[in-house]
Amino acid sequence: MRIQVNVNGQSREAEVEPRLLLVHFIRDHLELTGTHWGCDTSNCGACTVHLDGEPVKSCTVLAVRTDGHEVTTIEGIWSGTELTPMQEGFHWEHGLQCGFCTPGMILTATAFLEKNPNPSEAEIRDAISGNLCRCTGYENIVKAIQWAANEPSASVASREL
Amino acid sequence: MQVPARFEYEVATSVDEAISLLQRHGPEAHVLAGGHSLVPMMKLRLASPEVVIDIHKLDGELRYIRDDGGVLKIGALVRHQDLLESELIKERYAVLGEAEALIADPLVRNMGTVGGSLANGDPGEDLPAAFVALGCEVVVRGPDGERTISIDDLYAGFYETILEPGEIVTEARISWAPDASSYTKVKRRTGDYAAAAIGVALNMNGEEIEDVRVGMCGVGSTTLRARGAEELLRGQRPDAELYKRAGERAAEESEPLDDARGTVPFKRDLVKVLLGRALAKAVERAEGGA
Repeated sequence: MRIQVNVNGQSREAEVEPRLLLVHFIRDHLELTGTHWGCDTSNCGACTVHLDGEPVKSCTVLAVRTDGHEVTTIEGIWSGTELTPMQEGFHWEHGLQCGFCTPGMILTATAFLEKNPNPSEAEIRDAISGNLCRCTGYENIVKAIQWAANEPSASVASREL
Repeated sequence: MQVPARFEYEVATSVDEAISLLQRHGPEAHVLAGGHSLVPMMKLRLASPEVVIDIHKLDGELRYIRDDGGVLKIGALVRHQDLLESELIKERYAVLGEAEALIADPLVRNMGTVGGSLANGDPGEDLPAAFVALGCEVVVRGPDGERTISIDDLYAGFYETILEPGEIVTEARISWAPDASSYTKVKRRTGDYAAAAIGVALNMNGEEIEDVRVGMCGVGSTTLRARGAEELLRGQRPDAELYKRAGERAAEESEPLDDARGTVPFKRDLVKVLLGRALAKAVERAEGGA
């Protein structure tokens, strides 16, 4: 089946089998390997992308389901010159160890702060409860999200990375 | 790597078209809503539909939560997250909001739908138990038109509903606005199904429980209603002793299986304890507390 998906602001067309999962479309067809393929069972959240602005687990979405829709991956939130506040938060608060869960964490947390800009710590922990960090680095991930919530205007230009 | 078996993919653009596609493709066709039960089952080859009929484009027809003269109407494509964010649900149907907060995880809740969780027939799904507590009617549409089915009659067995071929769930309809309701659940971790979960809704008459309904999740081959416990509670003044007796009765009515979430005695004990907690919370709410 021929599909046309808006991925990170660009129209991408491909001929795919209906059984192809979105995570494999993104990684293997579009070669956007920032979206990680983790547990394959809708548990870990490493494959999180935004579908029409909402974070979803791309291992559990058929690629054909996204025909005519918008998908944003971790590559798509980076402007090319400046980190987003959430990326900066992960940098400053050391919100990653091995980094495997990080793209999913950042996409989930970014969408979460758009809905809830001033969250409590409990709300943050609930928001990322579908994203697993096997390094168990949750403390700093929570701090990173708090950093982004507290300094929404912060940009890389004002800091030496 | 988990890959579904090959299938033919159709996208419906209206409910009527979905029904005619179901008719045309016959019993090997399956409706895909949010896909967060069906796709994992297809990946594990527990389900191998020959045709998948995707209804996600029917949001315009089927994604709504409205109060229609005191009757709550929830369209089949309402996402779990929509229910969680609904002020109407928060104010009047706590059992739904509390169940939703415990279903899967926030990402899954962005995709999973009300209609899907009703039609799937999984006894471990929370929403059907919450809907049992509220005495919900399920509206289905098929080639011969629309009919409503009481949630008490919807399930014929494990992953089995009484829906006829060609019928799809279009709405959950709740005519009862109870004085108070609540949902309690024990699960091993976020994202897990319930070891046991209980939803209750009740009306008080002075200091007595006037009417009550109890739904049970994860403790039988279908979603269960604890009718014996309900009977025992009606007309009684709530106290710890009553909760204990009702819990024991509900535990007898449950039919749990031994599995990774616990043994039969453990799950029966959970039913007993959770019913007491759910009742205490609902009664407190009805009396004007939290």
